[in-house]
Parts: sequence; C-alpha cells; structure tokens
Amino acid sequence: MTEITAVKAEESASEAEQSTTAAPAIAVKADKLYKAFGRKPNDIVKKLQAGASRDELAHLGTAAVIDASFEVQRGEIFVVMGLSGSGKSTLIRMLNGLLEVTSGTVTVGDTNITGIPASQLRDVRRQSISMVFQHFALLPHRTVIDNVAYGLEIQGMPKAERLAKARTIIRLVGLDGWADSLPSELSGGMQQRVGLGRALAADTDVLLMDEAFSALDPLIRREMQEQLIELQAELGKTIIFITHDLNEAMFLGDRIAVMRDGRIVQIGTPEEILTDPANDYVAQFVQDVDRARVLTAGSVMEPARSVITATAGPRAALRTMRDLQTSAIFVLRRDRTFAGVVRDRDVLKQVKGGETDLKEILAEATSVTADTALVDLVELAVESDLPIAVVDERNRLIGVIPRVTLLAALGNVSTATGELPAAGPPPTVPISVITDILRETAPEGVQP
Amino acid sequence: MSDFRIPLGSWADIFIDFITDTFGFFFDFVRAVFSGAYDLVDLLLATPPFWVIILVAGVLGLMVRGWKFAVGTVIGLVVIVGVDQWENAMDSLALVLVASILAILFSVPLGILAAKSNLMSGIIRPVLDFMQTMPAFVYLIPALILFRVGVVPGIVATIIFAMAPGVRLTELGIRSVDREVVEAGEAFGASPLRILRQIQLPLAMPTIMAGINQVIMLSLSMVVIAGMVGAGGLGQQVVASLARIDVSLGFEAGLSVVILAIFLDRLTAALGNGNTPIGRLLADRKRRKHVTAPSDDAPAQPAVAETPAAQREPARV
Repeated sequence: MTEITAVKAEESASEAEQSTTAAPAIAVKADKLYKAFGRKPNDIVKKLQAGASRDELAHLGTAAVIDASFEVQRGEIFVVMGLSGSGKSTLIRMLNGLLEVTSGTVTVGDTNITGIPASQLRDVRRQSISMVFQHFALLPHRTVIDNVAYGLEIQGMPKAERLAKARTIIRLVGLDGWADSLPSELSGGMQQRVGLGRALAADTDVLLMDEAFSALDPLIRREMQEQLIELQAELGKTIIFITHDLNEAMFLGDRIAVMRDGRIVQIGTPEEILTDPANDYVAQFVQDVDRARVLTAGSVMEPARSVITATAGPRAALRTMRDLQTSAIFVLRRDRTFAGVVRDRDVLKQVKGGETDLKEILAEATSVTADTALVDLVELAVESDLPIAVVDERNRLIGVIPRVTLLAALGNVSTATGELPAAGPPPTVPISVITDILRETAPEGVQP
Repeated sequence: MSDFRIPLGSWADIFIDFITDTFGFFFDFVRAVFSGAYDLVDLLLATPPFWVIILVAGVLGLMVRGWKFAVGTVIGLVVIVGVDQWENAMDSLALVLVASILAILFSVPLGILAAKSNLMSGIIRPVLDFMQTMPAFVYLIPALILFRVGVVPGIVATIIFAMAPGVRLTELGIRSVDREVVEAGEAFGASPLRILRQIQLPLAMPTIMAGINQVIMLSLSMVVIAGMVGAGGLGQQVVASLARIDVSLGFEAGLSVVILAIFLDRLTAALGNGNTPIGRLLADRKRRKHVTAPSDDAPAQPAVAETPAAQREPARV
C-alpha cells in the first residue's frame, strides 16, 4: 500500500488526478450575477431586481448581464453562447474578476472572489483560473516559449524550470520547432495554439476561453476544436468557452448556456437545446445548426417493432413481417443481444422447405451505438435499405433508425413515424403469397 | 469701458516675486544642479579634440543606421569644424542633451501617470497646452529672475517648452497598447507595475521614442532663444549676427544648428523604430544561442539572458 502511494507521488499525472478528486465537484459557481455599466450601476440593478426591463433602463446605462446563475462541474466544457451584445464577454470577465460584479457572487473552486482585495484576486488568477483570448493577446516582443512560460513567470517559477515546462506544453499543442519564433512569424491558428499553451502551462483547473477560435479560418477552427476536446480529455481541465457560433457550441459543449440581452435563457446539453428549446428565440437560433453533428442515434431512434428472437422460428418471423408489411426483421439471441437480420424471401424458402432454424439464413446487419452522430449514419443508410440498429454497450438492441426517421431528424420535421409502413423496407413478396404459404404449411389446428 | 482692466500681469508679477522670496534657496539648488550637469556634459564634449567626437558620432551612426548615415554624419560635423563653430556647437549640444534628458525624465513618468488615470490626464492636458503655446520668450523672463543670466534659464525654458510631446506621446503610446494584451497580463495575475514594465512600456516604446525624438528636436529649436539669455553656443552666435546684421556668421551658425538637428533626429528616429543594425545583430545572436541549446533537457541548459534583444526590438509588432 505504501509502495503504491510512493509510486503515485512520483508520477505527476496521477498526482493531479488525486488533487482533482480531492477538490470540490463544482469548479466555478455564478450566483445571481448582475453587471451594469453607467453612472449608477447599483440603481440599475435594483430596478432590474424590482422587475424593470432592460430597455426601460437604457437611459440610465447598459445592463450587460442580468441575473446569471450557473454551476460548472469540474472537468466539464461549459459553453456560453449568444450573439454579440448578449453579455457573454462581460459574463466571462466577471468569472476571473477582470470586471467587478455589480451584484451577485462568483466562486472559483472554494474561493469566493467577489469583493476580495486585488492581491488575493491576483493569487486566484495565478493559481486557479487562466484565460485564452479572441485575438490571442500574445506579447509580441517575446518568443513563443517566453509567451507560453508567461503565466509560470508570474507564478514565480525559476527560469530553467518554467522553460522546461513550457517546452513540454509547446510539444503538447503541436508547436514543436517554433519555440524561438516571435508570434508575428506564426499563422493565426498557430498563434492561438500559443495562447492555448500559455493557459495550459499555467496549470490552473479552470480555463476561460473568450471566442478563442472565432478569429480563425473555418478549417483551422475545426482542427482546433477537435484538438481542444482531445486535450481536455487528456488533462481533465474545466473549460468555460464563449462563442457566438452555435455549431461550435454544440460540438464542444457538455452543457450550453444560451444568452440573450444579458440573460441566460436556457442551460442544457446540446441535444436538450436542440430538441427541446426553452423558447422561440432558442428555437429560431438552433434551426440553422448542423443537426447531423449534434444529434445522436440515441436521441432519434425509435422502438424496434420488427424484432424476433431466433428461437421463435421462421413461421413466427414470416407472420410478423406480414403484419408489419416489411421484408426484413431483426433477430435477437436468447439474451436479447443483437444477432442480425433475416429477409422475407429466405424465410419463405425455409418455411416451404420445412426447416426451423433461423440462424442458417441470418444475414449481417449494421449496428451502431447510441452516441453515434447522425452524420455518421448517413452513409450506412445509403448502403442498406434496412433500418439501422442501435445497440447498447452489451450489444442489446435498444432501438432502430429507419431511413425516414433519419431524414426527418436531419430536416427538423416531427420524427415520430408511428405506424408508418415506411419504417422498414417494403415486402418483396406479396402478402397474399405469404398468407397462402403460412396456411399450406400450418400444422394441424393452428390458425395462421 | 476703458476702465475695465484685469490686472493679470501684475498678479503674475506678484506671484513671481513671492516665489523668488519664499523659495529662493530651492531655485539656487536647482541652478547649481542644472549648471553642474551642463558643465559636466560640456566638459566631456569640448575637451577631447574634435576628431575624437566626430569619430564617436560616426561609429554611433554606423551602429544605429548604417554606413551611409555614418558618412553623412562625419561630413556634416567636419563642415561645422570648417566654419569654425565647433566649440559653439559642442556648447549647444551639451545644452540640448542636458535639457532633453531632464525633459524626458519629467515627461515620461508624467505620461505614464496620465495614461493610468483619466483625472491626471484631464489635469495635465491643459497645462501642456499652456506650456507649449505660450511664446517661449515669456517664460524666459521669470526664468531669468529665478535663475539669473547664464545657461540655466535657457535650460529651464527649453525643458518647459520641449516637455509636452514627451508627455503626450507617452500617454498615447500606453493608452493605445492592445487592450486584450493588457487583459492577458491581468488574467494571469500580473501586478499593475509588472504589466507596465513587461507589456505596456515595451509595446508603447515606438510611440514613446517618437515623443523623445520630438523633445530633442524642440530642445534644439530653443537653442537660439537660450542664446538670448546668455547660454552661449550657436544661439549666441545667431543672436550676435542678428545684432550686427552679419550674414556670413548668421549663415554659418544657422547651418551648424541644422546639421546638429539632422544628426540628432535621424539618430533618435532610428532608435525609435528599433530596427537598428546593432539590434538585429543582437537578436540573431540570441536566436542562435537558443537553437543550439539542448531542447529536450532544458533544466541542464544554461540560463539565457532575459530577452535583451527582443526588448530592444519592440517594433516588430
């Protein structure tokens, strides 16, 4: 036991893990935050609290953030999304005290940073919360490595040590070989890698990212988003990400807060926002989102009706297919795990031939897990006319996605196909033929 | 209507009298310091033979701008020697240097203060307007009373006249540093002093240097006026030539002022935009050092000097 802890203590990664588990589960907490700009900000807040609207108070000043409350879990990517002027930049700047709150409290880790002296606030920023900026905000007169080491320098780390650490971070963000370049010699995407590296090097639990990828080209932006998710999985940082780009929010966010006119109008997972918008504004906002990348198989799948267990035999399969007017049926094993699919022609032959084992004519069918994005289902749907089977982690069938459901989900049409016959491939053998065969081969005294 | 008269002038007179009586010791002290500084610089410039100074100026020009400027500098200074104004030119140069350095010492901190506080900015701005637009002759009068005839009232008048662009451009430079970069400093927990030292001043340096360049140019333009109160140097020659209607002396002394002005202007302008041959040389050397250092075993690597070349090269923004 003591040996194990000694080994663990040597390994910095597991050390970080330990401290993570010891720290509180809430990384950042905002409680009833208000921020008003103007001559008398406190009056504005009081009137807002008394029920006045933002527009009524426009002559007194600007209410940038109104009654914002949320909790960010440790290790979560929390996205604040809104159009320009919605107050998201103001909100993020209150979280690390760059802007003073007019009313409300901000808690970082277990420190309430509202109204604490400037020196203590600087300590919190050094130790607990770092930031990535929209226009990178690198020090143009310093080399990449000195920029990355900037946070460590302020923390007071000795030069050799901080340069060593900065070098590992530079490798981590993919800037190997650029350590001694000046920021002006780098492309926009690379500059933002430096900005990200600077924030990561500071080794704070919380990262604030203010429109961090908005100034980048779309291709670079996508690459950076993917890299951010990888880094987050690797390092387990808590990230609060500000963006006006809904697709970006949906791609990155574990949870999203949608802001409008200073207020948070909805907080939820990307799918909740997309499938259950809190009001017309959010609904309108999300209508242009790239649904294929946000929605998952699990959120659009329907209960599987054309299903049969392998032991039920070909006659039962044929009857079910006839009743559902479809030419294929999913077959499950005894333990409800997904086995494959059988087609009506094959079953018909079996019934005619008097065989009883469905397994012999079992064909392979594609199955996906519930968290597969719809964009990855399109190709499968093109390749096969069968509904796509959705299975859980133990390979049990939990639902199906017929082509029409996939189309409806992508097109944001009501997705319930209900009793639609189009749910599966249409029968290839006329119903009357099936009925006749069932009657002919029926054992004595059994109604088809 | 003719009875209406605001006795502003006599108030100013009373005020100066009051100051002379009350703070006489202070002005004596200032006078001693200023004239001491002037004598020292003048001694350094005037004692060595002229070719030593020309050589030094030439090398300086080579380092800061390149060989063309160095050759031009040498030719210009040789012309000054040729028209027999060398000693006067050195006297004037000493005055300009002392006045400029003092003006910079006052104006840059004032500019920083004005950039940091809107209140200070509001107070300083009209004072600067006053100092810059009031005809320079006017504060020669109290300066004469307070510091008596000689080089000191000239220096004082020069400082007051030349300070304004130093303050204004320092304030402008610091205020126009990218807000986000300053925020980055704050967001990582840097103290205001550290932000000033590591972010605002380096990034504002080109603008501040432009201000310093202007301070020096304005100081030079005050040389003639300083000559009127007994400061000596080229100014005195110009004043004398005016009194005697001596065209040749006037032209020679005037041309010497122009040569000094061009030399100082080009020199400080090059320092301001930072792209100097010596700066490039240092940057290259630093970079080579970095590259040859073992990259994956950094703790063992010898500590590299704290980015001197990069700081000397802020203009590659």
